[in-house]
Amino acid sequence: MALLWLRFALACYFIGLIYAFFALSRTSDLFSRIALHAASLGMVFHFVSLVELFLSGHVVWASVHNGESLLAFFSMTFFMIIYAIYHTTSPGVVVFPIVFFLTFVAAIDEQPVLLTAFVQHKGWLIAHIILIFTGYAALVLSFGASLLYLLQERRLKAKKPSSLISFLPALEVIDQIGYRSLLLGFPFMTLGLITGSVVAMSAYGHIDFEDPKILLSILMWAVYMVMVLTRWNSGWRGRRAAVLATFAFVAAIVAWAANYFSTIHRFAAS
Amino acid sequence: MRYQLIGVNHRSAPLEVRERLAIPESRLADACRDLAAHPGIEEGMIISTCNRVELVTHTTNGSADLRGFLHEHFHLKAEDLDPHLYEFREKDAVRHVFRVASSLDSMVVGEAQILGQVKEAYATARAVGCVRGQLDQLFTRAFAVAKRVRSETAVGSSSVSVASVAVELAQKIFGSLQGKNVFIVGAGKMSELAARHLMAHGCASIFVANRTYDRAIGLAQKFNGQAIKFEDLYDSCDRADIVITSTGAPHAIFRREHGEQFLARRKNRPMFFIDIAVPRDVSPEMAKLDGIFAYDIDDLQQAVSSHVADRRKEADLAESIITSEIERFEARLHTLDVVPTIVSLQDHLETIRQAEIDRVRSRMGLLTPEQEMAVESLTRGIINKVMHTPITTLKTAAREAEATTVIDVVRRLFNLHDKEKGLASQAKNGEASGKNAEDTGVGSRSDA
Repeated sequence: MALLWLRFALACYFIGLIYAFFALSRTSDLFSRIALHAASLGMVFHFVSLVELFLSGHVVWASVHNGESLLAFFSMTFFMIIYAIYHTTSPGVVVFPIVFFLTFVAAIDEQPVLLTAFVQHKGWLIAHIILIFTGYAALVLSFGASLLYLLQERRLKAKKPSSLISFLPALEVIDQIGYRSLLLGFPFMTLGLITGSVVAMSAYGHIDFEDPKILLSILMWAVYMVMVLTRWNSGWRGRRAAVLATFAFVAAIVAWAANYFSTIHRFAAS
Repeated sequence: MRYQLIGVNHRSAPLEVRERLAIPESRLADACRDLAAHPGIEEGMIISTCNRVELVTHTTNGSADLRGFLHEHFHLKAEDLDPHLYEFREKDAVRHVFRVASSLDSMVVGEAQILGQVKEAYATARAVGCVRGQLDQLFTRAFAVAKRVRSETAVGSSSVSVASVAVELAQKIFGSLQGKNVFIVGAGKMSELAARHLMAHGCASIFVANRTYDRAIGLAQKFNGQAIKFEDLYDSCDRADIVITSTGAPHAIFRREHGEQFLARRKNRPMFFIDIAVPRDVSPEMAKLDGIFAYDIDDLQQAVSSHVADRRKEADLAESIITSEIERFEARLHTLDVVPTIVSLQDHLETIRQAEIDRVRSRMGLLTPEQEMAVESLTRGIINKVMHTPITTLKTAAREAEATTVIDVVRRLFNLHDKEKGLASQAKNGEASGKNAEDTGVGSRSDA
């Protein structure tokens, strides 16, 4: 059943995806409202799917697909929070496709791979997953915002005001969205990595720094910290911030993909 | 209706051409006189703004050589100028004048300035006697049409001027303008206007720097702002989020190194430069910096023109108002066309009446005042009664655009051709003769 609900959610997110494709070329209030409602409905289905999974007792916290589903849900939650504060659906241009992709992959089939490592402290594992995914979701938002910032900056520089400009929020608003997501995500990401380390320590007794998953996670975290610091110290925005955000985003994806190479953070067929 | 109009505007000609045709205010009156003295032109006026230069004339035969006048007056070669010119005659010229006055032909459709500029051009030409009956009619009507368009459509409602576009751009960059600081460099009318708009949208404080410190103080006081010594400009400029600059400096005063300095001090928070100076105050190199958004006057006007699309719908409504107004104006003009005929007809009959009375007098000797009055009112009464229908018919026919035929018939019937010439000068001022016609109390049905 959980998978069915997830597929309903996917159908709703699909509307968001279409919106994301067209939002850049034309502005339509009606369309953005439809997309927003569809996304909200999708979140309800998505939530039901997650709750049902949890209640069924079959929840496999460390499954790749459940993880993707959870990340998609968190990203949507962030998107909605931003909508509540800034009344703009424009981050959807980046968020919707990512959420759609994540949900799509999660909805393909049930639980193909599981974390194989033996875990003693289940509580720590759950905390690790929730924290790190919140961090990821914030990073997705921040990445989206930095791309929109770049876009809006280019448009303003090109001095060709078009409908796109009115669709995007003011430059400083986009900047705030990105910065706040970044600031919010950083502690989650940090705590997520710490809890992850605790889980790994408890499972293996030590942390293998040569493991690709660990290396890439540290790299991602470092880039994340550089982003926060450069922004904090010298107010890096625009192109430089976008480059960093893209770098952090790619590092996050690679760190995620490293699950397939890691010896300690391994998923296997169930 | 022998109106003839020639000109260039922001769409037909690039700035370089418009610049060469622009006539400064001080020389406008002389230029109007030259125009009115040009062969074939009865009345003429010139509208010269930064976006257009237009000659509006009333000609003797409807085809005066206006191009020739432009070539002579501005010492321009035909091949340089002619590709950029547009020319309208009669009804089309009326439509164009109505559209210009109603701000439908403006770069920013609906902007209010153009009406004031046309009114000034009209006043200047009228003062030197180059605008009389015909152009007076045309422009009086054009002003009324502009007023109607403004009150009946929303063409002029949203942001119109360069100043308010600057505000919109600032909002695109900063979102809310609450708490933002504004720096005016070079106290001028336009920067003051832009500052006023910005303050109205919530900007917190204002700094003013000017080469003449006293002027800076004066302007700063108006806004409760702070005057800054021009030497301290670069040290304090980074305090502002929005800089409006309009100095008369021959070179850019904000260069790349200044921009880098400001951004470093502001931790890269963006800055918006509204550069309304010509030549520009912000160097293009500085404008390239990330975080510096510099709009010069051309950019602002371009941004302004993007509003045109938003207003298309209202503009369509305005166009239909103009079309109906042209019909009314035409009808009124035709009515005026018949006035000379009516006047000469009346004169003709009056001459006959006087001659007949004289004849009666010579036969009957001196009349008593009572008899004199009786004869007078009898003859006058007959003429008025007889004249009533033909004059009403003439006026109606005029409104139905059959005037020429009817006028022709009346003239032939009463053999008015010779008298008409003598009246030509009198009839030139249509309005005045119109009054004469109505003073006689004959057929005084009001029109348009």
